[in-house]
Amino acid sequence: MSIPADLHYTPEHEWVSVEGSVATVGITDYAAQQLGDVVYVSLPSVGAAVTGGEPCGEVESVKSVSDLYSPVDGEVTEVNTELDDDPSLVNAEPYTAGWMFRVQLAQDGNGDTALPPDLLSAAEYEELTKSAG
Amino acid sequence: MTPFAGWQMPLRYRSETAEHQAVRHAAGLFDLSHMGEILVNGPGAGAALDYALTGYLSAMPPGRARYTMICAADGGVLDDLVVYRQGEQEFLVIANAANTAVVFGELLSRASGFDAVVTDATDEYALIAIQGPAAAGILGPLVSMDLGAMKYYAGAFGDVAGVPAWVARTGYTGEDGFELFCRPADAVGVWEALASAGASAGLVPAGLAARDTLRLEAGMPLYGNELGPDMTPYEAGMGRVVKFDKPGDFVGRAALLARSLAGPRRELVGLTLQSRRVARHGYPVFADGIQVGTVTSGAPSPTLGQPIAMAYLGADLDARAAVLTVGIRGEAVPAQLTDLPFYSRSR
Repeated sequence: MSIPADLHYTPEHEWVSVEGSVATVGITDYAAQQLGDVVYVSLPSVGAAVTGGEPCGEVESVKSVSDLYSPVDGEVTEVNTELDDDPSLVNAEPYTAGWMFRVQLAQDGNGDTALPPDLLSAAEYEELTKSAG
Repeated sequence: MTPFAGWQMPLRYRSETAEHQAVRHAAGLFDLSHMGEILVNGPGAGAALDYALTGYLSAMPPGRARYTMICAADGGVLDDLVVYRQGEQEFLVIANAANTAVVFGELLSRASGFDAVVTDATDEYALIAIQGPAAAGILGPLVSMDLGAMKYYAGAFGDVAGVPAWVARTGYTGEDGFELFCRPADAVGVWEALASAGASAGLVPAGLAARDTLRLEAGMPLYGNELGPDMTPYEAGMGRVVKFDKPGDFVGRAALLARSLAGPRRELVGLTLQSRRVARHGYPVFADGIQVGTVTSGAPSPTLGQPIAMAYLGADLDARAAVLTVGIRGEAVPAQLTDLPFYSRSR
């Protein structure tokens, strides 16, 4: 199971990477393995406002359906339409071709864009998956 | 791995979809050692099973198998079973893992007036299944008997990879295949011999997730989903397992006779969805906006490439005339009524 060191994580098993003020979001390798073969990903629309910790889509696998949570506040600028044709990318390449959506991060009171402070580091996320068994 | 009826079971080895397709097109290897094995032996064993179960087991010749059910006095299904006749006075009853204790207890008490000994032998057997069109070709060279001469729903004692086993041409996938009952100490050797012999033919290990989508496509009921104590075999479209023409009484006979004459209260149907979203166990089914039933099992079908489901609908509903939808987390998704099974192998 892979947990890249340079990404941020949530307890709901999303990962976040940031370039400038844009965050890219997907689900972790651990989550994809737990779900099994992903058959459908319902993503937020481009332009939609998302809120950290709130559901913004669904990941449907052979055995179950799970909410997809946004780890960040902001506006969706892009979604991975490749997943429509090939949702198995989420299982095969969860951190690269299986990415799900991009968010223009909301500005805080100082006009800065920052990630929420409660995101987990790779080491913290690894601990969480270990304690989950 | 996932906890299942007190066992640790593999949900999948790698991709459940790939495992499913391997069983449809080549072969899959399943560890089903969780299933319950109950022996009913003795001069009165056949008569005891005739009384205890819905089937006419004493009429079955040695070396054959039957799909049957054990019902309560009110006709409710306690479990669905496969029964093998291993000899003139020897029967092997296969129960679902979660129901083994109930089935064993019922068989013990129902057989008490007969000259038969009932033994829970679950711990004495491992069960390995090899299922799929390539199964016979892979297994054939490893067994002491002629598999070509073994009919579907038949079984025989013999050797598998050099160890003793009961080899049966049965399964729960909708494909040709075999189930091998051997000693637990021999199971790893049998598994490894099969895996190695079958690798070049496309044999892969397959888990519970693939087992569930395979049986669903084949329209086979799963206890706890399509079958339970609150329904009779008739609701599940399985009235054929109830044999009123056998001699003597059997547990549930009066209630089942009444039910067979009155007709079922509910009807098990197949649904297909033109959707990416999947109808799952417990989701409501609507006809013209009114709830008329509930989904019992649902999954994306690897063979059909669309979601499939089984559902119970009220028997008074003219389902074929109604516009059906499934409520998928608040959205009404159109569903088409389909004959079961969703998939039949070409013979």
